Amino acid sequence: MHIKEEQVERHVLAVLVDNEAGILARIAGMFTARGYNIESLTVADISADHAISRITIATNGPPHVIEQIIAQLDRLVPVHSVRDLTEAGPHVQRELALVKVAGKGENRIEAMRLADVYRARVVDATTDSFVFEITGAPDKIQTFVGLMREVGLVEVGRTGVVAIGRGPDSA
Amino acid sequence: MAEKSGAEILVETLLDLGVDTVFGYPGGAVLPIYDALYNHPKIKHILVRHEQAATHAAEGYARSTGKPGVVLVTSGPGATNAVTGITDALMDSIPMVVITGQVATNLIGSDAFQEADTVGITRHCTKHNYLVKKPSELAGVLNEAFHIATQGRPGPVVVDIPKNVQVAEAEFSAHNGKTNSRYQPQVDGDFKAINEAAEMIMRAKAPILYTGGGVINSGPKASEALCQLAELLGAPVTSTLMGLGAFPASSEQWLGMLGMHGTFEANMAMNRADLVVCLGARFDDRITGRLDAFSPNSKKIHVDIDRSSVNKTVRVDLPVIGDVGRVMEQLLAVLKGRKFNAPDYEEWWSRIKGWRATDCLAFPESKTEIMPQLAIRKLWEATHERHPIITTEVGQHQMWAAQHFDFEKPNKWLTSGGLGTMGYGLPAAIGAQLGDPDALVIDIAGEASIQMNIQELATASQYRLPVKIFIVNNEYMGMVRQWQELTYESRYSNSYSDSLPDFIKLAESYGWTGILIEDPADLETGIKKMIETDGPVLVDCRVAKLANCFPMIPSGAAHTEMLLTPEDVKGTMDDNAKALV
Repeated sequence: MHIKEEQVERHVLAVLVDNEAGILARIAGMFTARGYNIESLTVADISADHAISRITIATNGPPHVIEQIIAQLDRLVPVHSVRDLTEAGPHVQRELALVKVAGKGENRIEAMRLADVYRARVVDATTDSFVFEITGAPDKIQTFVGLMREVGLVEVGRTGVVAIGRGPDSA
Repeated sequence: MAEKSGAEILVETLLDLGVDTVFGYPGGAVLPIYDALYNHPKIKHILVRHEQAATHAAEGYARSTGKPGVVLVTSGPGATNAVTGITDALMDSIPMVVITGQVATNLIGSDAFQEADTVGITRHCTKHNYLVKKPSELAGVLNEAFHIATQGRPGPVVVDIPKNVQVAEAEFSAHNGKTNSRYQPQVDGDFKAINEAAEMIMRAKAPILYTGGGVINSGPKASEALCQLAELLGAPVTSTLMGLGAFPASSEQWLGMLGMHGTFEANMAMNRADLVVCLGARFDDRITGRLDAFSPNSKKIHVDIDRSSVNKTVRVDLPVIGDVGRVMEQLLAVLKGRKFNAPDYEEWWSRIKGWRATDCLAFPESKTEIMPQLAIRKLWEATHERHPIITTEVGQHQMWAAQHFDFEKPNKWLTSGGLGTMGYGLPAAIGAQLGDPDALVIDIAGEASIQMNIQELATASQYRLPVKIFIVNNEYMGMVRQWQELTYESRYSNSYSDSLPDFIKLAESYGWTGILIEDPADLETGIKKMIETDGPVLVDCRVAKLANCFPMIPSGAAHTEMLLTPEDVKGTMDDNAKALV
């Protein structure tokens, strides 16, 4: 017997939740308990009174699983709303990364040149290292980090994706 | 406003919420609450013998009365012992509030004595849970906990209260905490969807109503609405295990339970129907059989209060989100408004008649042994006029009870359906008896399951509860053995109930009456004696050891591939079928 695998698609969800203790564990735990995937998850409070947090989850799965994920999130008591940005239409996805490269000579010059092309900013420099700050869609970050591997990457930190729909309407 | 301790606030809020019965077990981290209870005789505390039993007793109380069950246990082992019953309540949508003690807030995380991460452990087996860090928050949290447990799809809610929060004081008045909750599930069905459902019903030539535990949870009015809807439609009705009793078994329209151990006619009708109206059920794997062969030619309407139940396993054509009782009332109004006059579905009923002729629940007769099915049938004959509350454990006896004990009313059938928890029946019977002291309450048990919470014999004795236990004793974990016969060529790996106690002496040692029934000739008199004996009675009914539960849809098979008799059993299965539960 072999275990069958299904075609998956990537979706980005914006989830508004009560900003209370344990909410992140509740959301993340629901994903593991039901066997769903989390590609990236970001959370921060977004309301003036710090009562509401927005969680952005990039997930993947077959369409019927995505539908379940949304329904399962929606039934959690502290969850106010779930919006599937991928389904809703055009939206902007951004991620920030801090990328440290070390080296001298040609590698150092090449790293600087690539950073310029990718519009990464230098936020720290020594005679044999740089820390670049780069923002963009996840695939741009991915490509940049890949290039840095060839010129002396030593460390990378990524925020995970945040996303918002285009146009005047709110989620 | 006067200042009160957290423990006082808790007890007064419970009283305010109408709680009159609490199932619990004391311990270090709940001593302040137990001391507060000492001064409030209005709340009846039932001292169980194991925390798991407290949760099942609360479930039995809730399922038979419609009110939420309340549990009080200590930290650490008290809370972890309650986890099985909490999960059981989640799976079967039983309203329950579990109050757990916790170590003081300054000790949380220090591996203190009897500390467990109760909120972490119960996060995914509750509908919601709380750790209360201030006594001033208690009243609000408890009000919301009861609201969440009972509204929408019911379920268990855990409130974890550190010991210092029980002792510390806060201002309190009776109106504390009564704010509008953030949890407001949709009750009324969407008008457009109701109209569409009515149109689908009006077009159908072979409709079937497939009902579930949601109808029971929605309350007695939902069962009345179901009867009216069935009468208006003239369509056949089947039900899941959890929904038995919502529709009277004596009705001509009743097909019996569907699914793995359902009737041939119910499963065939599901397979051949052109419209399935699912009312408060969730297309569980025990119902559907092989998914790609499940009711292949039907349009499907799914009425459920929980959106996540829709399209979870079976794609439906029309979801209607709302309380099933309310939606049925809406649907009745629309159908009557349109002057719906049901056709007689003559062809449909003649096919059903053909399937009924199989007489799938027939079982072989024996003069030397008591057939377990006959034992259940005789129990029904002797008691049904009193509308007894029946609880069960889990296994063959449970399925035989579901097949051979007919229910006419809701809230009379208490069983662990989703989680399948052995040891459920005795504590659930205790809870049901407390909820309805005059009812005849019988736990139909197996000799293996009953041992999982046998200590509760003492609880029934202590509170003088006249609970009856009817053990269908075949000296096997019968359902395990049955699957081993179906799948593993009868290699009975660890399914024999060895070293059984003398149940009669055991019962007597707890102050119960014990009755042994061995001979088929004594079956009826033994049952009569059980009913006529005051106080708690345990019956050890020795039945045919190797009888199996038929009909059955084996793992991975379709509704049309039922095993009707032992002759249909092949003794092996392929790996795909073996991998299914």
